[in-house]
Amino acid sequence: MSAGGSSDDGDAAVLTYILRRVLYSVPVLIIASFLVFWGIRTTYDPTAKYRTSKDAARVIAEKRKELGLDRPILAQWWTWFTGFLHGNLGTSERTGDKVSHMLTHALWPSLQLMFWGLIIALVLAIAVGVYSAVKQYSAGDYAFTGISYVGIAMPTFLFGLLSISLLVTLPVTKFHLNQPIFYSVGLHSEGQSGFNLDYLRHLALPVAALTVQSVAVWSRFQRASMLDILNADYVRTARAKGVPQRKVIFKHAFRNALIPLVTVVALDTAFLVGGLVITEQIFSIAGMGRLFLDSLQFGDAPVLLGWFLIVALFVITFNLFADLAYGWLDPRIRVS
Amino acid sequence: MTTAPPLPSVVDAELELPPGVEPVARSNWELFRRRFFRHKLAVVGLVLLVFLIVVCFGAHWIAPYPKNKTNLLITPGGPSAKHWFGTNALGQDMLTQILYAGQISLKIGLAVAFFSTVAGVFVGALAGFYAGWIDQGLSRLTDLFLIVPEIAILGVAIKRLGATDNSFIIVLAALGWMYIARVVRGQVLSLKEKEFVEAARASGASSRRIIVRHILPNCIGPIMVNATLAIAAAVIAESTLTYLGLGLQPPATSWGILLNQAESAVTATSTFYLVAFPGLALILTVLAVNFLGDGLRDAFDPQSPH
Repeated sequence: MSAGGSSDDGDAAVLTYILRRVLYSVPVLIIASFLVFWGIRTTYDPTAKYRTSKDAARVIAEKRKELGLDRPILAQWWTWFTGFLHGNLGTSERTGDKVSHMLTHALWPSLQLMFWGLIIALVLAIAVGVYSAVKQYSAGDYAFTGISYVGIAMPTFLFGLLSISLLVTLPVTKFHLNQPIFYSVGLHSEGQSGFNLDYLRHLALPVAALTVQSVAVWSRFQRASMLDILNADYVRTARAKGVPQRKVIFKHAFRNALIPLVTVVALDTAFLVGGLVITEQIFSIAGMGRLFLDSLQFGDAPVLLGWFLIVALFVITFNLFADLAYGWLDPRIRVS
Repeated sequence: MTTAPPLPSVVDAELELPPGVEPVARSNWELFRRRFFRHKLAVVGLVLLVFLIVVCFGAHWIAPYPKNKTNLLITPGGPSAKHWFGTNALGQDMLTQILYAGQISLKIGLAVAFFSTVAGVFVGALAGFYAGWIDQGLSRLTDLFLIVPEIAILGVAIKRLGATDNSFIIVLAALGWMYIARVVRGQVLSLKEKEFVEAARASGASSRRIIVRHILPNCIGPIMVNATLAIAAAVIAESTLTYLGLGLQPPATSWGILLNQAESAVTATSTFYLVAFPGLALILTVLAVNFLGDGLRDAFDPQSPH
């Protein structure tokens, strides 16, 4: 590395950059949270379920007052916002539970899916991408290209449906197994917990559904960036001076070919949240995605706002990470 | 920019060569066509997409049975000579159902691609060319929409506007144009610094003429590629939302509806075809559009080998 002074300057610049980005996202978050609140309040009526009750007009008026619906939307949002600033996310209009409680409960299964999904998708995408680039135009390369085309064209929910049909229902009904090899409901069987075979058998299909598109896209991306590097002058130089093929690929090319992928992966994590909603619904996993759908059917504003905050923080963090990773991995690019 | 005295004369010389202009334009088109038709997958994609559009929108003449014709006397069964794609629980012919459902799915995809491309190109070109408040507004707006997952916006907006195919078109186009606008903005930003734009300006072309005649034709590649990808994205978004129960509701029909109704097939192997055929239609559409996009990318790229 260079002299101490300039490196300190670099660190300070990075810190300033992070700070500026974080400060910039604060107003964006506030405005977005209001728009989310406005969208929900003007679309859903939380008192709809009382319409059929006896003395409906009075009950609804009471409920509206209780929930604060008789006030302007901006005032309602302001109440929520000040509560949030005091660390209080309010209570669900659907279940009456504390929102923070519901969110922390829902977060854990989703984090597990995301964690395993990211790891498996990355390993597969990098392996396939590097293989396809090194063996460009081989039968294997064409096969992976074909598979990834189908993977990109496959909507998450359709993959979920097909995988349940073929890997859960079919073995039981056609081959008369007592239980399927993979499960399609939840993350654990009744009475089971922890990391064990039962967990893996539950995890396999949802993780596959969540990541099939990402693996397809990222492997294409990794292939392209690996090809770029393999055709670069310095790699040719390394080859010309007699560096063995393995070493050229893994020491010279591979590390540099990872740089563009890191950015794409970090940006795509936001996309994975959408996949999470679909995956959790199909595989009956009580995570953030399920919570979102249940709350959306009802128009449960406090839960949806809390949900939105967590997801937005997640997205902002990964986007920031994408920017910074570029600089860390490639010393020539520094944030300015 | 100010220190280029010989520039006007060069431009004048070029402008004085009208015979040279026409053939160049045609040969560009010829080059494009040759590159496109040598891309085998792209041709496959184009043929497939046209085929799907023709059979779905021509369903009235092509479909083997009338729309929604139920036949409760026959038991639901898999593919057979009379019902190529089998029949559902109501005894409806699945091939007929898929063709009519495709009208809605394809209509949403094509309309969203059209509207989001037109709006995106318009705003993106202005933002890139003039910078200023349009550019600021565009990037603030996209920042805002980037942090809210698309599925959340779609869910609320569709509920609000009513679950019809037209509200899908409005909402998906309202979300999609921002993406194309960003792409076009980036292209315009780099193109407007190029010499040929400077030359056009020096020869007195108006900003509008520079954008429409000089800059946008050079962005046609990324615009077309993103327009095709927008078809795929819209078809997938509609089917996903409808499958989740947040989108179209019967008696409306689309591939998403057919897949939603086929959910029971997941627990019974004997009705697997109820998922497989609508799913196949969906995948083929997206595949065709993606192939087409790949072909267009190569065909519009002057550096591509063909």
